[in-house]
Amino acid sequence: MHNAHAQAAGMGGIRAAGDLVARLQMTRGMRLHEAKQYVAGKLGVTPFDLSDPVVMTDVRNEHGFGRIHSYAISQPQQANMIEAKVNIARVLDLPINCVERFRERTAPVASGAH
Amino acid sequence: MTSEARVPTRMADGTFVRLTRSEIKADLVAGSEAAVKRAKVPPLPDDELEHLLDIYASPARFTGVDIGDEVILSCDGTGMKTHATRIQDLQTYEQWMGADLLELCVGDYSLKVVRTILAYEAQYMHDALLATVAPLQYGVMPNLGLYSKPDGPCDNWNELLPLGRIAEARASEEEAVEMAVLDMVHLADSQYEAGADAIDWDTTGASGDPEFLAALRATALIRRKYPDFGVQLGMAGEFVLGMHGELEWDGVRLAGLWPREQLLLAQKAGATMFGPVVNVNTGKSCAWNIARAIAIVKPCMAVATIPVHMNAGMGVGAVPMFVHPPGDAVCRAAKACVDILRLDGL
Repeated sequence: MHNAHAQAAGMGGIRAAGDLVARLQMTRGMRLHEAKQYVAGKLGVTPFDLSDPVVMTDVRNEHGFGRIHSYAISQPQQANMIEAKVNIARVLDLPINCVERFRERTAPVASGAH
Repeated sequence: MTSEARVPTRMADGTFVRLTRSEIKADLVAGSEAAVKRAKVPPLPDDELEHLLDIYASPARFTGVDIGDEVILSCDGTGMKTHATRIQDLQTYEQWMGADLLELCVGDYSLKVVRTILAYEAQYMHDALLATVAPLQYGVMPNLGLYSKPDGPCDNWNELLPLGRIAEARASEEEAVEMAVLDMVHLADSQYEAGADAIDWDTTGASGDPEFLAALRATALIRRKYPDFGVQLGMAGEFVLGMHGELEWDGVRLAGLWPREQLLLAQKAGATMFGPVVNVNTGKSCAWNIARAIAIVKPCMAVATIPVHMNAGMGVGAVPMFVHPPGDAVCRAAKACVDILRLDGL
């Protein structure tokens, strides 16, 4: 069922920019049009581009947003997972809860505080 | 006997039936009229019925929205140990399934079950967030029924009501609401501290108006505590069952509310996403069900200030009540809902 929805109507998640638009909906309550405009504006692309994995793979590489793993395009030097979310938060100017926690937990503090 | 060609289409129990274009059109009109009669909403106009007819009378195996019209999929239940560890399930949805967002949950999915393992779930969320890119929410269903005996501490209102012990039943429901609100906020506290992006109240209102009240109250409390924490509020049914009958939130009686009024309360409480539900009638065709579902949800779209993610899973939103809903029916429901309603997501 998920596959059918994804193929029929989904933005493609990290294959394209679905995860980025979803963040604006999820944590800021932005409606779809507004969220697409926001993300497209920050990335210098059009809202139409956001669902296109061809365009967005290059954009994600450029900004270090993480992308699909595959043997053919493995890029171990690129940011991924929590690293990618640090970049997403910065480029989208959108604080991400787990990134803030990551910074707190990895910041130098007085001995014993961790 | 008509000479009109027949196309394979689905009943809402998932079985194929062969109908003519005229018969499908008649089902669409009847579905819209059923919504008007039941939910007191406007009927679908002719141009929208014609668009639905083109979708549902097509013999094509698959269809989809126009390129550029894609929406966000709020993929609930994506991390529930379906085929590997829960983190591996989340990674599978992210890497292979194109999920726009992810959801960590436990198989039981009930709030009262999760309340006993908050620390474990927070730890798992913490670890999952280190290993994923897509936004990640924690999902539960409030499932207020589990707060009643024999599963919970409160007297069982479903046993008291048939006995005519109305006041006792209502008092028990109100007691359960207090417990559930506390548990929902504690869950949100622990998940927020772990770093989660959002919390998801799924199938809200399955136990009627007390459960919807608990979700609204908890959402309002969470919004005050954590301004940027997402709260997705998805419903269990198309209208709020009056299991209590007299409960109100913000001066609005909850029993009997339809999606538009549910949405208005959800966004006032501080939800960031709302999921309306329209249940299927398995004795009718998917065409009948899609017209009814769209007509009932349509009034939401004009008043929504937050994203509307209409539920289109098994047994809701004209997706057949079958454990593995057929793709031809799922893609038609997705396209129909997005095209007509201009949804924010599914």
